[in-house]
Amino acid sequence: MTSLPQNRTAKKLGLVIDLDVCVGCHACVISCKEWNTGGYGSALSDQHPYGEDVSGTFLNRIHSFEVTPEGGQIIGEAGDARVVHFPKSCLHCEDAPCVTVCPTGASYKRAEDGIVLVDEDKCIGCGLCAWACAYGAREMDIAAGVMKKCTLCVDRVYNETLKQEDRVPSCVRTCPVNARHFGDLGDPNSDVAIMVVERGGFDLMPEQETRPTNKYLPPRPRTSLSDSAPIIPLAENTEGARGFFAWLDKTLDRI
Amino acid sequence: MHPAYSIIVFTTLSGLGYGLAVVLGLGFLDPSLLMTKLAYLTSLALISIGLAASLLHLGNAQRTWRALSQWRSSWLSREGVMAIATFVPLTLSATLAIFADRHDVILGFITVFGALVTVYCTSMIYASLKTVNSWHTKLTPLCFLLFSLAGGFLFASAFLGGNGLVAELLALLFVLLALVTKMVWRNRATTLLPISTPETATGLGFIGKVRLFERPHALDNYLTREMGFRVARKHAAKLWVIAFVFGVVLPILALLLALAIGGGPAAQIALVLGVVAYALGIFVERWLFFAEAKHAVMNYY
Repeated sequence: MTSLPQNRTAKKLGLVIDLDVCVGCHACVISCKEWNTGGYGSALSDQHPYGEDVSGTFLNRIHSFEVTPEGGQIIGEAGDARVVHFPKSCLHCEDAPCVTVCPTGASYKRAEDGIVLVDEDKCIGCGLCAWACAYGAREMDIAAGVMKKCTLCVDRVYNETLKQEDRVPSCVRTCPVNARHFGDLGDPNSDVAIMVVERGGFDLMPEQETRPTNKYLPPRPRTSLSDSAPIIPLAENTEGARGFFAWLDKTLDRI
Repeated sequence: MHPAYSIIVFTTLSGLGYGLAVVLGLGFLDPSLLMTKLAYLTSLALISIGLAASLLHLGNAQRTWRALSQWRSSWLSREGVMAIATFVPLTLSATLAIFADRHDVILGFITVFGALVTVYCTSMIYASLKTVNSWHTKLTPLCFLLFSLAGGFLFASAFLGGNGLVAELLALLFVLLALVTKMVWRNRATTLLPISTPETATGLGFIGKVRLFERPHALDNYLTREMGFRVARKHAAKLWVIAFVFGVVLPILALLLALAIGGGPAAQIALVLGVVAYALGIFVERWLFFAEAKHAVMNYY
């Protein structure tokens, strides 16, 4: 059924992505591809992987944006431009338009935990769900002719053959700086829900009215370059020097 | 958006076919004439070729039957159901006309209803997508319906061979109505401010202006190929003039010529040429409909 589930449980599994700490290393992109090419559904194919025109199917991508505040075009004048690395995968929206447009019933949202999945045996590869998604979360696999998307590693998070610490999505498990967090965003006492409240987590494109489950944490304010400028000429200032350096400072002053 | 040939061929041909089916259903053509029987076959052929073309862009066309299952939520599914359902009264009407020289009013009415609903469903596939601002308006189904009706009456005039004054006048009316509606549609599309921006897409607008610093991939991917199509945008103004000349000016000239001549082979040839020009014009219009459409996901690129 491609109608959205009517009797939803409160459980909303999803990701919280911290834009303050992501360093843009793309490790989650690779671990996602590695896990999912051998897991749920058909493999994530590449086209011309060793040729000139390389392309392939990925469920998770890292964009890097430059954000420039008003007046920040001139370094240090009115705030500084900064680079924000931006991981992007399916947001498992509550009002997922990709689900309702599907003509075959391949695309569906699970009532029990809100994960949006594609039943590849039903998918005809028409691509309409990718058109309906504002976030670019769905990519057609050219080799298999079916739509691929983030499964929230549904084959890991409930997998009791894995160790407890591995029962999180592959991207979360692999992130070297803990920029990605997994949990139940429907439970106000979960770590992820508390994190969202404390850090002011936000939705992407709220105007599309998709009500995403995944939340993004904003980059923290940084000390401006102009504020830290007075600290820089420390070499001129020997106040507070002790021991050998204090003696050397005094002696050299006397000469 | 990437203008897939299969979808352009589908919407152009099936739009014409359903338009012709509406005129046939309304009983404008005398079922005892050979031309009317040909008109029925043409309508069925256009719809069938269109539907067959629409299957060409699918990744797994062998499962197409599944697309009939989700009519409760999906406009694409509704379109499939309605397209197949409309074949029944249309084929029955065609059979009656071809073998019994008869036109059944009730069957005709059901055909008209089915054809109009099918075209409406086709247009709603696009109009329902909030991600493409220029499509997301009630004007989109209005344009599709008017283009279909204009094509239908034009086609019927050609089959009537200049002997159908009412059909010709209605063709003239619908071509002009379609033109006006499309101009309003295009004016809206070219002047509207996109509801999503790089700032809302990233949520970083509170810091400042957002610009892509580095793409997630060095070359193309499915998303940039499918949503980031820009080739026709470069020639959009020229293509719009071509669509206008072929889709409006030439068919109107053909209709006026036919009205002036008032029947005979010369009028019929003029009208046939008018239909061909109209189909080419609609083809270019559909190309622009896709190629000029901007998708929200491109805010990330």
